Amino acid sequence: MAEREKVLEIRDLSISFRTEGAKVNAIRGVDLDLYRGETIAIVGESGSGKSVTTKAIMGILAKNGTIDSGTINYTWTDPDGSKHTKDIVKMTEKEIQSEIRGRKIAMVFQDPLTSLNPTMTIGKQVMEPMMYHYGTSKEEAYKKAVELLSEVGITDPEARMKNYPHQLSGGMRQRVVIAIALSCDPYLLICDEPTTALDVTIQAKILELIRDLQKKKDLSVIYITHDLGVVAKVADYVNVMYAGKIIEKGTIDEIFYDPRHPYTWGLLSAMPDLDTDDDELYTIPGSPPNLTKKVQGDAFAPRNAYALNIDLRLEPPMFDVPGSSSHKVASWLMDPRAPKVEMPESLRNRIQKMVKEGVAK
Amino acid sequence: MIDQTKPILEVKDLKQYFPISRKFTVKAVDGISFDIMPGETYGLVGESGSGKSTTGRAIIRLYEPTAGKIIFEGQDISGKMSNEAIKTLRTKMAMIFQDPMACLNPRKKVLDIVAQGLDIHHSYDSIEERNEKVYKMLETVGLSREHANRYPNQFSGGQRQRIGIARALIMNPDLVIADEAISALDVSIQAQVVNLMKKMQKETGAAYLFIAHDLSMVKYISNRIGVLHLGHLVEAGTSEEIFNNPLHPYTKSLLSAIPHPNPRVEKTRKSYTYDYKTSGLNYEEGTPHKVSETHYVLGTDADFERFMAEAGKGF
Amino acid sequence: MDNTKFLPDDFELVGDKQNINIDEVLPSRPMWQDILGRFKENKGAVIGVILIIIITLLAIIVPLVSRWNYAEMNTSIANRVPSGEHWFGTDYLGRDLWVRTWQGTRYSLIIAVVAVIIDIVVGMTYGLVSGYFGGMVDAIMQRIQEIINSIPTLVVLIILLTVMKPSLKTVIIALIFTEWIPMSRITRAQVLKVKEEEYVLAARTLGAGNIFILFKEILPNIFGQLIIMSMMTIPNAIFYEAYLAFIGLGLTKPLASLGTLINDGFRLFQVYPHAMLIPAAVMAILMLSFNLFGDGLRDALDPTMKEG
Repeated sequence: MAEREKVLEIRDLSISFRTEGAKVNAIRGVDLDLYRGETIAIVGESGSGKSVTTKAIMGILAKNGTIDSGTINYTWTDPDGSKHTKDIVKMTEKEIQSEIRGRKIAMVFQDPLTSLNPTMTIGKQVMEPMMYHYGTSKEEAYKKAVELLSEVGITDPEARMKNYPHQLSGGMRQRVVIAIALSCDPYLLICDEPTTALDVTIQAKILELIRDLQKKKDLSVIYITHDLGVVAKVADYVNVMYAGKIIEKGTIDEIFYDPRHPYTWGLLSAMPDLDTDDDELYTIPGSPPNLTKKVQGDAFAPRNAYALNIDLRLEPPMFDVPGSSSHKVASWLMDPRAPKVEMPESLRNRIQKMVKEGVAK
Repeated sequence: MIDQTKPILEVKDLKQYFPISRKFTVKAVDGISFDIMPGETYGLVGESGSGKSTTGRAIIRLYEPTAGKIIFEGQDISGKMSNEAIKTLRTKMAMIFQDPMACLNPRKKVLDIVAQGLDIHHSYDSIEERNEKVYKMLETVGLSREHANRYPNQFSGGQRQRIGIARALIMNPDLVIADEAISALDVSIQAQVVNLMKKMQKETGAAYLFIAHDLSMVKYISNRIGVLHLGHLVEAGTSEEIFNNPLHPYTKSLLSAIPHPNPRVEKTRKSYTYDYKTSGLNYEEGTPHKVSETHYVLGTDADFERFMAEAGKGF
Repeated sequence: MDNTKFLPDDFELVGDKQNINIDEVLPSRPMWQDILGRFKENKGAVIGVILIIIITLLAIIVPLVSRWNYAEMNTSIANRVPSGEHWFGTDYLGRDLWVRTWQGTRYSLIIAVVAVIIDIVVGMTYGLVSGYFGGMVDAIMQRIQEIINSIPTLVVLIILLTVMKPSLKTVIIALIFTEWIPMSRITRAQVLKVKEEEYVLAARTLGAGNIFILFKEILPNIFGQLIIMSMMTIPNAIFYEAYLAFIGLGLTKPLASLGTLINDGFRLFQVYPHAMLIPAAVMAILMLSFNLFGDGLRDALDPTMKEG
């Protein structure tokens, strides 16, 4: 592999929120690495902290949220070839606004209807960030906007420039949102559940679009999603999050074909594929934990059918999976002293079948 | 009590229009027919705006159907209903809603939310009997009686959806309409709710009308599936027929869009595109064509020949 | 990690021993505690409530226990400045202003209560019916309301003046005529929003009647909003009475309201400013307190203001 250029490095990030009555520890020591041109996915249930992490990267945490510790180092190369690294945590709001947000890191949100301004034409909304961040002239911005719109697959872009968001369909709107995100040539694109609000037929198209644009522009992309189908389609690396911690990370193949954490097993099995005809779907019992309470031991232990005594007492560290430099699991089951536990039978069968299908292609 | 050989619900040429202005009318549902047998699960799939939710709501009479007939347990529940028909409809048909946050009244205790059907139809003799019924129902959906005195905001999304199921099932309905009941939930919780729905079906023998856009879940839970597009039922059949032998191009595009949790396949796969405007099809002119005893596809004679040819069957 | 002490049974599987199917419910405080907590956090609102309580108590107690009577004239002590004997001084007819001020506050508070009752009885009912039934009913009710609203208040007052004598009744009728309209609008808007919520639809699918849906499903969910709204109209009503008093439509002498006191004091303002400043100050404090209270109530009750 050619030398990978690190774009983003998060170390030991902890974030908490104040609400009436209690402090919520939403993120508890997250490490994350992202390289140029690669895609990572952060997978987890709602409340697992996946959105909070990316909001911290963008500097748009809610007012009652504070970063308790950690660094978010962002590295970029200027057009003259010089390299810079800055810790976003230490930047002021003003610096983030003028340097990072929208310019170097752009974001695509879940609901295209609420992330577009209903009273402004599409064209204006695509042109504005360029004019704001780079002082591009109106004529040039217009030309570039038309170009961007056709790049994201909007037919007859010149006519669409004059449309208002409500005149477009949901899929079209999301394409416009992507065009706006790309208007300032960001290095990093964060997609927060970009397809959840869209129909299945359009979902696939949007994901394919982002994938193509990423290749063309050499972008790094972070996907936040709970949909493993989306992950399978787009990601190079996967981070599984649970209760504010990353509990398993690895390459897409490692996570899908060799999952080690019982939670990942649950996530993979909970989604029926088209051949599932078991009487009952395998599920993770119970509900996600409440983070206002201090977590004693492993946060997943109360829902874990494979819990060990130590899980109730001590939080597991990140274990390296033998034979891999990228696959890491936070579970005491990985400790050499732990009893050997195999993944559920049905999941193993399914993975075997998936591997076969993969080879056949 | 119920004749097992006769459909529990028959929908005949149902139309539901919404007048927007004097000149413009939205034809949300434009002449669809299907039936549901006792104890079976009928899946209704389609994109947003296809009319699938409208169909469900028209059947349970949240709307006034524009035209067509709805026969439920032998009684006509379209148009003006007799008192007896209203009683049957309101006690024997129930609905599970989409949004776990919005489907429970935030100012009511879980006990009163679940007991609502009992309260409205006065189907108990004493408060103890009512509460006991609610407790039992809560336990069946995996909650405990301690939860009864809490308010909805104290529950997670999956738990709220289970409360919604308890509310729908407490009257022992024969038909349950599940309108995108799992779409707003996390994947792991979706499986919990689907398992619960299947378990309840086994115990009560209720039929389900399962409305969703997630095809893998629909395939898993349904016996038969109807595919809706732009207010028309473009294809209907058993789930095997729909998934193994899709004929209509819209069905094909829906199937090809299902994400597979298999990266090696998914990475290179391109989804199939279908656009009604450029497809040359006209749903208004189409009629249901029989493929097999249970499998129907909408189209003109010429369309049908083409579909069959493309499926590699021909005549 | 090296100094972690491991116990001998640390690596025993216990997953099958614990009951993983038990549902933990998020512990959270009951709603009213939440509301109270949020309300208490708002300093202004708490001060507002305390002031309202103090003013109300004074308005009730002072006229009962004072040795002066609010109507008792004694021209020999006219226009006294505040002193140990007459805490707020006396007016141009020698009436004790301490008693008159609190007597006047009584009437202002009565008007406030009446305003709230009108709001709820007339405004809320009108809005509920109009919003819930919609269609033709709504269209007709909205047109009626628009017509009433388009008549200028001053015209209404002048007509009232020709047929009625200035009295508390006149003030109340004037209030009835105009006060309910904003309330009915707010109620209607809220009903329109809530009636399409899934829990209302759920009640309908279970066969609930209109009365059940209106009072059990819709009203409890918008009542907080409506209470806030009516709290906000109190300062308006108090001010409205003062305005009526000023143009001669208020209470008849010797009855006093804060409005008439200010009106009386106004005539000698340049010589004896206290006669106007004191009731004006009481009225200002009262209106401010109700505003603060209403604000605090809104923040406490309105869940949309709550973050996260």
